[in-house]
Amino acid sequence: MNSKLSLALSLVFCAFQASAQEKHEGYTQQINGTKLSFEMKAIPGGEFLMGSKKGKADEQPVHKVKLDPFYMGTYEVTWDIYEPFLYKDYETTQSIGAVPANVDAVTRPTKPYLDMTFGMGKENHPALAMTHYNAIQFCKWLYARTGVFYRLPTEAEWEYASRAGNTTEYAFGDDEAKLGEYAWYKSNSESKTHQVGQKKPNQWGLHDMYGNVAEWTYDQYKADFYASVKGDKANNPVAVPDKLYSNVIRGGSYDDQAKELRSAARLASDPVWKQLDPQIPKSNWWFPEAPFIGMRLVRPVTPPSKTEIDAYYNRAPIADY
Amino acid sequence: MNKEELRDKRREFIKASALVAGGVMLNQFAFAGGHSSTDDTIKIALIGCGDRGTGAAFQALSTKANLKLVAMADAFEDRLTSSYQKLAERFKDKVDVPQDRRFVGFDGYAKAIALADVVLLVTPPGFRPMHFEEAVKQGKHVFMEKPVAVDAPGIRKVLAAAELAKQKKLNVVVGLQRRYQANYRETLKRIQDGAIGDIVGGQVYWNSGGVWVKKRQPNQTEMEYQMRNWYYFNWLCGDHIVEQHVHNIDIANWVKNAYPVSVQGTGSRAWRTGKDYGEIYDNHAVELTYADGSVIYSQCRHFEGTANRVDETFQGTKGRTYLSAGHNGILWDHKGKEIFSHPTKGNANPYQTEHDELFEAISKGQFKFQDAERAAKSCFTAIIGRYATYSGQIIKWDDALKADNSLMPDRLAWDANPKLMPDANGLYPIPTPGKTKVV
Repeated sequence: MNSKLSLALSLVFCAFQASAQEKHEGYTQQINGTKLSFEMKAIPGGEFLMGSKKGKADEQPVHKVKLDPFYMGTYEVTWDIYEPFLYKDYETTQSIGAVPANVDAVTRPTKPYLDMTFGMGKENHPALAMTHYNAIQFCKWLYARTGVFYRLPTEAEWEYASRAGNTTEYAFGDDEAKLGEYAWYKSNSESKTHQVGQKKPNQWGLHDMYGNVAEWTYDQYKADFYASVKGDKANNPVAVPDKLYSNVIRGGSYDDQAKELRSAARLASDPVWKQLDPQIPKSNWWFPEAPFIGMRLVRPVTPPSKTEIDAYYNRAPIADY
Repeated sequence: MNKEELRDKRREFIKASALVAGGVMLNQFAFAGGHSSTDDTIKIALIGCGDRGTGAAFQALSTKANLKLVAMADAFEDRLTSSYQKLAERFKDKVDVPQDRRFVGFDGYAKAIALADVVLLVTPPGFRPMHFEEAVKQGKHVFMEKPVAVDAPGIRKVLAAAELAKQKKLNVVVGLQRRYQANYRETLKRIQDGAIGDIVGGQVYWNSGGVWVKKRQPNQTEMEYQMRNWYYFNWLCGDHIVEQHVHNIDIANWVKNAYPVSVQGTGSRAWRTGKDYGEIYDNHAVELTYADGSVIYSQCRHFEGTANRVDETFQGTKGRTYLSAGHNGILWDHKGKEIFSHPTKGNANPYQTEHDELFEAISKGQFKFQDAERAAKSCFTAIIGRYATYSGQIIKWDDALKADNSLMPDRLAWDANPKLMPDANGLYPIPTPGKTKVV
């Protein structure tokens, strides 16, 4: 990109950011150059108590966390949005005009050998079985398409958004019996994903936070992490990942029991999800045995600097073997 | 059996194999000599050092057997080196492959095979018949990846070597890993015990988004280009109906406990039409007709943006079944009531199991595995599927197996031309039903 164009783009970007900050409300993101779009909800900044005394040891101590405002995907990312990133040839069929050079240049996943829908359905179903690295590269592709910085939620952002202002085990209360109104999980899913948005949203308008697919967060999984979240560290806490395993998964899936879906429940990625990959090095992109993992987008109201954005997207994958 | 008895038994076992091989025991270092601890070491050689070959060596070296990787061979030095580095980093002193036991080029395999007791044959499938024949000739136990051949002459070679391997009591495991996966084993056992009656029909699928592409680089000879981008050339790959879909076709043959007598089908290039994609089709739909008149439908395609599935279903006179590599194995009776369902969680990795079982048998001096014949026949089922879709003709098993239609280049060298060459625009001749002759 030449410097003039880059400057012009960043000015447009700033102006857009400024107006967004004035009016922090939900919006529809068009994926530029395509007919595709997705919905984002405004999540107010604030404080909340993270963790649960009723949960496992890794959910404790319950501690105060303060978060800046952000936007979060109303739904889990669907195959409809994800596949143009996965398949370059398919992307051209979904594009209005040529695929821009900066979009074309984004590294794409290796094509999965297996059927990554696992027979559960594709249209409006959550994209799944992607690795943490894959999920972040999808955000990078979206950034190239839209100019807007999207990323994975931090673990704290995820729990905060799932609680939607509540302190109970689920946003709707403590009564597991009501979970079926909000979530696809072991008891009602018939062992498969369902189209997003069919169940009731939480008070902040987010659908399928519980169940359907479990969702990636950015954080490294550390069982004792909460004990270290004090003072300044309680502002926008994040356990920055520097190892391939494990990262935190939240929300539980169609294949999980009710207790794994609780707002505070923490799950961790597992190398065994790649055991069916017979190659060395194993794929940076796919978990052939994790058809229950998907992703949801976050956009901070105040975006980081271009340098920080590049650093977020351009971390080299950690070889898996 | 105590340790010494076991060692003696194993020594006899290996010796018997080597004697049948022609008297000279080339691999004397493994079991000869005194009773020092090094006697127990089983030496392995890796033939084909791509990502899958490296994976297979990882799995072999992860078994409980006392193994040492002593030789490696690959056509390409860069692939051999990167494979060696990963293996040495992970397995340290279990990897003992100095420069003079690393063989680069088309003909290094025989030298590498000679240095081992057990060989892993993991190159692109076109070379498998040649490598398997050599390994058996030299009296070695074998792990080899599917497919085991890409054409009828290759299959004949593998069948002949399979027979010889049986005579020599050489264990042969083929990487049709569903045969080593619990959901398949448990479900197939029940099917063969009659749980859903006689199998009268079925459908097997490998519909996915496709695989990698290696672009042509400047200064590559045609031979090097085809070797790098091997998936798209039949003398190396056999088309994806053979290279991938053989897994599902093998399940059809397993469930039927038979091989088809004839095959017909249709296919084409719908998505992959450019010059990066060699000659192979991107879709095949095939009917496999068995001697009892039952028909199994087989479908495989590499399309982007479509509904995908990789699995198998079969209908019997008393019920039906669903199977997939995701550890599914379900049986229903004729009223739709579930009568068996294999748990999808907590299963072993079949790619590991196939090595665990092979090396356990070899360590104990047992002759347990003779996968080559059935694997060759399932590969041939896929190959005649390709013959059917390329030609548009009905292909009879017995006729096709006699065909003198080798795809192998006359000479294997970087400056030699493969049989299929591109035109002035870089495009390759594409098989056309009704015109293309295959047998």
